Amino acid sequence: MKSKALSAPYIVWMCIFIIVPLFLVAYFAFTDKTGAFTLENIIQVGQYSDVFLRSIWMGALATLFSLVLGYPLAYIISRSSLRHQSVLIMLVMLPMWMNFLLRTYAWMTLLEDNGMINNFLAAIGLPRLHMINTAGAVVFGMVYDYLPFMILPLYTVLMKIDRSVIEAAQDLGANSRKVFLKVTVPMSMPGIISGITMVFVPAVSTFIISKMLGGGSNLLIGDLIDMQFLGNAYNPYLGSAISLVLMVLILICMGIMNQFDEDGSAEGGMMP
Amino acid sequence: MGDNSIIRLENITVSFDGEQVLKNLNLSIRDGEFVTLLGPSGCGKTTTLRIIGGFVKPDAGDVFFNGKKINDLPPHKREVNTIFQKYALFPHLNVYDNVAFGMRVHKKSEKQVKETVREMLAMVNLSGFANRNVNSLSGGQQQRVAIARALANDPKVLLLDEPLGALDLKLRKDMQVELKKIQKATGITFIFVTHDQEEALSMSDTVVVMDSGEIQQIGTPEDIYNEPANAFVADFIGESNILDGVMLEDYLCSFAGKKFRCVDAGFQKNENVDVVIRPEDIDVVEADSTHLTGVVTNVTFKGVHFEIIVDVEDFKWMIQSTDYQPVGAKIGLLIQPEDIHIMKKSVYSGTFGDYSTFSDEMEEDVAKEEEAEREDEV
Amino acid sequence: MKKVISRIYMAIIFVFLYAPIVILVLFSFNDSDTKSRAVWSGFSLRWYQKLFSNGELLNALRNTLIIAVVAAIAATVLGTVAAIGINSMKKWPKRFVMSVGNLPMVNPEIVTGISLLLLFVFGARLLHVELGIFSVILAHITFCLPYVILSVMPKLRQMDNSLFEAAQDLGCTPIHSFFKVVFPEILPGIITGAVMAFTLSIDDFVISYFTSGTTQTLPVYIYSMTRKRVSPEINALSTLLFGTILVLLLVINFSKKRSNDVKEKEEAR
Repeated sequence: MKSKALSAPYIVWMCIFIIVPLFLVAYFAFTDKTGAFTLENIIQVGQYSDVFLRSIWMGALATLFSLVLGYPLAYIISRSSLRHQSVLIMLVMLPMWMNFLLRTYAWMTLLEDNGMINNFLAAIGLPRLHMINTAGAVVFGMVYDYLPFMILPLYTVLMKIDRSVIEAAQDLGANSRKVFLKVTVPMSMPGIISGITMVFVPAVSTFIISKMLGGGSNLLIGDLIDMQFLGNAYNPYLGSAISLVLMVLILICMGIMNQFDEDGSAEGGMMP
Repeated sequence: MGDNSIIRLENITVSFDGEQVLKNLNLSIRDGEFVTLLGPSGCGKTTTLRIIGGFVKPDAGDVFFNGKKINDLPPHKREVNTIFQKYALFPHLNVYDNVAFGMRVHKKSEKQVKETVREMLAMVNLSGFANRNVNSLSGGQQQRVAIARALANDPKVLLLDEPLGALDLKLRKDMQVELKKIQKATGITFIFVTHDQEEALSMSDTVVVMDSGEIQQIGTPEDIYNEPANAFVADFIGESNILDGVMLEDYLCSFAGKKFRCVDAGFQKNENVDVVIRPEDIDVVEADSTHLTGVVTNVTFKGVHFEIIVDVEDFKWMIQSTDYQPVGAKIGLLIQPEDIHIMKKSVYSGTFGDYSTFSDEMEEDVAKEEEAEREDEV
Repeated sequence: MKKVISRIYMAIIFVFLYAPIVILVLFSFNDSDTKSRAVWSGFSLRWYQKLFSNGELLNALRNTLIIAVVAAIAATVLGTVAAIGINSMKKWPKRFVMSVGNLPMVNPEIVTGISLLLLFVFGARLLHVELGIFSVILAHITFCLPYVILSVMPKLRQMDNSLFEAAQDLGCTPIHSFFKVVFPEILPGIITGAVMAFTLSIDDFVISYFTSGTTQTLPVYIYSMTRKRVSPEINALSTLLFGTILVLLLVINFSKKRSNDVKEKEEAR
C-alpha cells in the first residue's frame, strides 16, 4: 500500500499538540518573566527536594503494596476455570469505570475521625483511630485507586504461562515453592514491570489523592505543580521546571525498570 | 511379573468428565527396555504416561516403581523425567540454565552442574549452544535441549510424549536413530508414546498397542507385525487384508470360498476366525482354477512397488508387487501357508481389511462429516 | 485448604475494591442532613430530586457528553487513518512516530495537562484558542489518539497484505478495495479504539482540569464539590453513574455472549 502519506495529518497534529507543548515546558523552565535564559527555576526546584523525596517514597510504597496485594490475586484468577476468569477480571475492572474522584471521596467518608470505620470501632468498644489526613491514608488511597492497573498486566502474563512448563519444572524435581520462585515469577517478569510502571507513574504524580486524603500536610509533586499553574503560588516558570524534573525522573525510573526486562517484552498487558 | 520390572501398573482406571479413558489397565515394564505405547489419538497412551509421571491420579489401581507403590508421590519426587510434546522449555532461561534446572533444584554443586551440562549438550550435539536463547533454536534443537534437560537429572525412566510429532520427516528419522543411540548408551528405560506405527516398530524392544483405553497387544515389533492379536492391531500396524474365515481343523482353514493349508493350530473345529494376509505376501500368478482369481480395479505407483487393488468376488484385496498389472487384467493370487495369519474373532472383526475405499484420508473426512452431523443433531 | 485460603483472600481484596462503592450507593438513599455523612437516618430519594434540579451539574454533564462524542469521533477517524499510514512506514521512522505519539500515554497526566495549558494560554495568540470546551476537545483528541492507534495497529498487522492486492486484482479501485476489504478486517480494532476514547474522555479529570478554564466537565464539577464537602448529592450522582455503567456492561456482555453463541452454532455446521 502506498499510504505513508496518510500519516501526515497525524504527524502535524503530533507536532502541534505533543512536541510544541513539551518544548514550551522546557522553554518556560529555562526562562524568566522577561523571556531571558535563566537556570534560576531549576535551581529553585532544589528547595522542594523534600516534596520530591516524599512523592517518590509514597509512590514506591504504594507500588510495592499493590504488587504484594495484586500478585496473589492475579495468580489465583489465572488458575481458576476459564469461565470464572472472565467474570473475576470483570470484577477487578468494574471499579475503574467509576470516576476515581468519587471513589476516593468515598474513602473520606470511611476514614474520617467521625467516619464509618471509627463509628464501628467505637460501637464495639475499641479506641478511635486517626486515619484521615495522614501519610498512611494517602498511600492507602493510591493503592486503592491503582491496584487494578497492577492486577491486569500480571494476570495477562500469568494466564499465558503454558501448563506444560510448570509440569516440566515439577518433573525435574521442583516442589511447588520452587516452581513458583524459579519459573512462575521469572516468567511473569514482563507483567511485573508493566504493572510497576502503570502504578508508579500515576502514583508519583498524583495531586488529588493527597489533597483529599492527606489534608494539607502531605504535599506531593503534583500538588506543587498544580499550585504553580492554577493555585495561589502562580508561577508557571517554576511549575514548568518542576514538571521537567518530574518527567526526567520518571524516564530514568522507567529506564532502570526496563533493564530488568532483557527481552524488552514489557508490552505484556498494557492494553486491556 | 518378573522381579526386574521397574514400572508396574495394576488395574488402572481413569475417567475424565465421566468418560473412561483407561479401563483396568495392567502393564509391566522391565528395566532398560525401550517400550513404545502405540495407538490412535484418544486411545489413552498419553494418559498412561502421565500416570507414570505423576501428573494424573488414577481413579482406581496402583502404580509401582521398583516394587514400591508410588500412587501418592508427587511428580517432583519421582525418579522419572518427561520429554513433553511441545518440549516445554523455560523461555526465560538460556540453553545452559534449562539443562541445569533439575540439578540446581536438587542443590548439586555448580562445578558438578557445569560438568554434567557440558556432557549432556555434547551427547545431543549442541556443545556450542550453551548461551543461546531457547526461543532462537529450531524445533529439532529445542527437542534436543529437552532431552538433555531430562537426562541431566539422571532419571531411572524417561517418558517421551510424542516427542517427534512436530518435526519434519527427515529430521524425525535422524532423531529416531539419535534417541535409540542415547537409550543404548545410557541404559535408561524409555517409555515412548507415538501414533506412528513405523516409528514404533523401528525403535522399540517392546510395543504396547492400545485402543479405547485398553491394551490390545504387547510384544516385540516382529510379533506385533507377524502375529497380530486381533483385527485392530492387524489394521493399525501396516496394511492388511482381513477376511472372515473358518478353521476347519488344525493347519487347514477356508476363506474366500477356498480351502488353504496354514500353520496355525489349537482352534476348535469349524471355529469362525479372522484371517490376515499382508499385501506384500501375495504373489501374482496366472489366473487358473487352482488359485483365487480376480480383476485388477486400480493400480498406484508407490516408488518401491505398485499397490494393486484386486476385486475377488466383491472383496477388494490389496497386493503390493514390483510387477505392474494393467487395470482390467484377470490375475491369480498365490498365498503361502506361512503367510496366512489366523486370529480369534474380536469386537473389531468386520471393521477393517477391505480396500473398497483405499484412501485413508477420504475415510477420515467421511468420519469427521458423520461426527459433525451427529453433533448437529444434539 | 489451599482453595479455602485463596477464596478468602479473593473475598478480602474484593471487599477492599467495592467497600467505598457500596457505601456511596447506600448513602445516596440516606435521609439525613448534610452534617454527618456517616449516620444512617432512613430511606429517601431527596438527593436524587436535588440532583436533577441542579442546573450547574446538568450543564457539566452536557459538556462532558459533547466533549466525549466529538473527541472520540475525531480521534477515531484521525487515528485510524494515521495507523494505516504508520503501518506502511519503514521500521525506524515507524518506531520514532510511535514513541513520540505514545508520549501522552507514558507521561504523567499532569505533565500533559500543564503542557497543553501552556500551549493554549501562551500559544493562544497564534492559535486563537481560548480555554473552554474547544480546548478541552483538542486536548482529549490528543490523549485519545495513541489508544486508537494501538488498537487498530494489531489488526492491520494481522491482516494479510495480499487481501488488498487481491481486491484490486479482481477489479476494485484502491479506495473501493479499502472499504470493501481492509475496513471490515480492521473494524473490530476501530470499534475498540472508539469505545476506549469515549470512556477515557468521559472519565478524564486531570487534563480537563488544566485545559477547561471556566467551563466545567462532570469530573471537574465533582472535584469542586468534594472540596466544598457538600455531600449526599455526590452519592446520588455516583450511584446513577455506576448504575449506568453496570447496565451498559451487562448489555454488552450479554450481546457478546449471544453473538458468540450464534457464531459457535454456525461454525458447527
